[in-house]
Amino acid sequence: MTVNFDPRYLKREFQSVGTRPLRPDGIDKVTGRARYGADFNMPGQLVGRILRSPHAHAVIEKIDTSKAEALPGVKAVITAADLPNLTDGDAAMFDVLDNCMARRRVLYDGHAVAAVAAVDARTARQALKLIEVEYQVLPHVTDVDEAVKETAPILHESVFTEGTETRPGKPSNVAKRVQYGHGDVEAGFAQADFIVERSFKTEQTHQGYIEPHACVASVGPDGTADLWVCTQGHFVYRQHCAQLLGMDASKLRVTSSEIGGGFGGKTHVWAEPVALALSRKAGRPVKLVMTRDEVFRATGPTSATSIDVKIGARKDGTIVAAEATLRYSSGAYAGMWAELGAMTAFACYRLENVKTVGYEVLVNRPKTAPYRAPSSPQAAFAVESVIDELAHKIGIDPVDFRIKNAAQEGTRSSYGPIYGPIGIGPTLEAAKNHPHMKAPLGPNQGRGMACGFWFNFGGQTCTDLNIGMDGTVSLAVGTVDVGGSRASLSLVAAEELGIDYSQVRAVVADTSSLGYNDMTDGSRGTFSSSMATISAARNAIKVLRERAAQMWDIPVEEVIWEKGHAVAVGEKHGNLGRLSLKQIAAESGKTGGPIAGHSELVADGAGVSFATHICDVEVDPATGATKVLRYTVIQDAGKAVHPTYVEGQYQGGAAQGIGWALNEEYIYGEDGRLQNAGFLDYRIPVCSDLPMIDTQILEIPNPNHPYGVRGVGETSIVPPLAAVANAVSNAVGVRMTHIPMSPPRILAAIEAKGSG
Amino acid sequence: MVEVTLWGSLGAAAGGRNKIEVEAKDIRELFRKLSEQFPSLEPWIDRGIAVSIDGTIYRDTWSKELPEDAEIFLLPRLAGG
Repeated sequence: MTVNFDPRYLKREFQSVGTRPLRPDGIDKVTGRARYGADFNMPGQLVGRILRSPHAHAVIEKIDTSKAEALPGVKAVITAADLPNLTDGDAAMFDVLDNCMARRRVLYDGHAVAAVAAVDARTARQALKLIEVEYQVLPHVTDVDEAVKETAPILHESVFTEGTETRPGKPSNVAKRVQYGHGDVEAGFAQADFIVERSFKTEQTHQGYIEPHACVASVGPDGTADLWVCTQGHFVYRQHCAQLLGMDASKLRVTSSEIGGGFGGKTHVWAEPVALALSRKAGRPVKLVMTRDEVFRATGPTSATSIDVKIGARKDGTIVAAEATLRYSSGAYAGMWAELGAMTAFACYRLENVKTVGYEVLVNRPKTAPYRAPSSPQAAFAVESVIDELAHKIGIDPVDFRIKNAAQEGTRSSYGPIYGPIGIGPTLEAAKNHPHMKAPLGPNQGRGMACGFWFNFGGQTCTDLNIGMDGTVSLAVGTVDVGGSRASLSLVAAEELGIDYSQVRAVVADTSSLGYNDMTDGSRGTFSSSMATISAARNAIKVLRERAAQMWDIPVEEVIWEKGHAVAVGEKHGNLGRLSLKQIAAESGKTGGPIAGHSELVADGAGVSFATHICDVEVDPATGATKVLRYTVIQDAGKAVHPTYVEGQYQGGAAQGIGWALNEEYIYGEDGRLQNAGFLDYRIPVCSDLPMIDTQILEIPNPNHPYGVRGVGETSIVPPLAAVANAVSNAVGVRMTHIPMSPPRILAAIEAKGSG
Repeated sequence: MVEVTLWGSLGAAAGGRNKIEVEAKDIRELFRKLSEQFPSLEPWIDRGIAVSIDGTIYRDTWSKELPEDAEIFLLPRLAGG
């Protein structure tokens, strides 16, 4: 069926959209009834465990699994030999395969080398100890700046830097060089009265989702299989697992669980192909739940970065040139992380001369994965810090400086295209007028603010809307609900059909029940699935009108849909009254059978997103500890479908960004092993660390969505690193250039200032 | 005829050009013509290219029409969290 759907924004009055009903998943989540990845169980299931490399870089000389296989209770042991390369030249998928189970070499501490399935966890652990692996340890490199040096150990002899004018003569850890910008930065800097140039570092962080990766895999003797899994995209997991295991996608049904956080980290398969391979070999279901140690060591954290920024401005506050060089670690496999940093770094500003150069750097760390607006927070930290410093140097208010140089409709973005209607200006004006900006500060306190940008995108989406005999509505969507989309999509269905929100129940359907959906990433969940829901509801309304026409025995052209009812139009039908959705549904068996609306579409045209954050901190000069006193998020949502969830996204991104700014970091030892793979030593913020995060939702409609919706899930993590850094820098009187600003780093900066 | 701007790395793959004129009515035809004119771009198109039309980014709608006076900018296919 070809779905004809007009996505253009049309101004309208809303009945359901924009209200704040109770969340449909709330009671299940607070009572423990909700089923997360580890809550699925199958009769006869085995326990899966993975053996991981203790070395940062080594050749696997030999693996002997015979003793483990002989252990009573062990039902399967697998190595890379059980996951042969079926990727048919697809380099990106081969990286995924090699990351799931190392082949000839291990590339980071925690890299999987073998796995077992046993009758219980104790036996599985014993079996892992009986697997004998002989390694030839190789030199390693874990630091992004060390990895680009000529003398650094090379991870892949086959990698020659892409994107250079001439092909390099030897392999390198720089997988790719990218460049963005326009104008002439040298000519621009020549016009500058003031220039600030600084270098920054950010450490690697993890998304820190509370729920670890978990799945149950069950492969039957006929080759059909089921996978229950915690994921942001079960259709993508199906595709990847089927490809890696040589299965037909239709033979593998994937059901997504509730998700205890993903933030980009659950867009990628890590253990799921291993669980399926174990189940296939053992002939029994296998449950595989990662420990927290494994989540840190062997799933996908962010890039660590090293960034140089130079910005020049005239005395009147006009920026005349901006330049950045960005080095992003991508773990042991190439990515596009520096590229995203290079694209987003200056996206908030109207610049005649701008240049960014990015380098994708391979290091002996886990494969980098997206984390909310991937790569943008680190770039924003560096750029917004320099913007702040430059404003002080010129003697202009930092908000006014940003307003003067903010991008607007018609501005050529730093990544290339010219902007349509955008919201950076309004968020800055709202910040300028916010009471937070005028509140007094005490001793050792500082205020900072910063802007942030993210693209947002849509993607392939499929939705079914079924109307029951009682007139209530079942909505089956294929985008995993990571932040309240079941509530927002129920509101959208209610809005279109003209019924009460309580009459709609949305569920996330499995991969055998619905057409393909891209995963929930890029802030696309509500944006994309609301478009498909609107389309499906409008298709259902078409059927409802046809059925009403049958019941009245009049032409369907003379029936319209209005506020949940079929209404006959025209003078000759004046005595027909109205037929409610419930009345039509009750008669559906006699008018043609079930009533449903379906939609499959590509939801493109997501609007770009901007935010401005304000932060107050107090720094203890004796310990270097920072307390966030007040925090305000201002962001454009296009249209907030369920404002409470939108506020939750704003608050969540800010909370994670504050943790990134102040405490979170991967710490590697000289031996290349991760030293702090647990929440005791890797400290994410808890409620008592944070103030109530205030939010202000702006609504500048996206012209490419019928309700004006933009994505809201990611942009809120972009400004916090810089906002907190600017606040701390203003509090202590020293420019902070290294994230996280942990107490020892702040103390060192204060002491350096005192001695300097 | 539409004028298409290529981002840096893609331009390098197209023999150092950053602007190309193509007779194409939609994204599908644009990619087909680019592959014909510059076979070196085919792997890039297979990996995924996003098309910005007057500032709105399209990743998958290959049926999207390309107005003659529109600003068309090719970008790498984005990843998100």
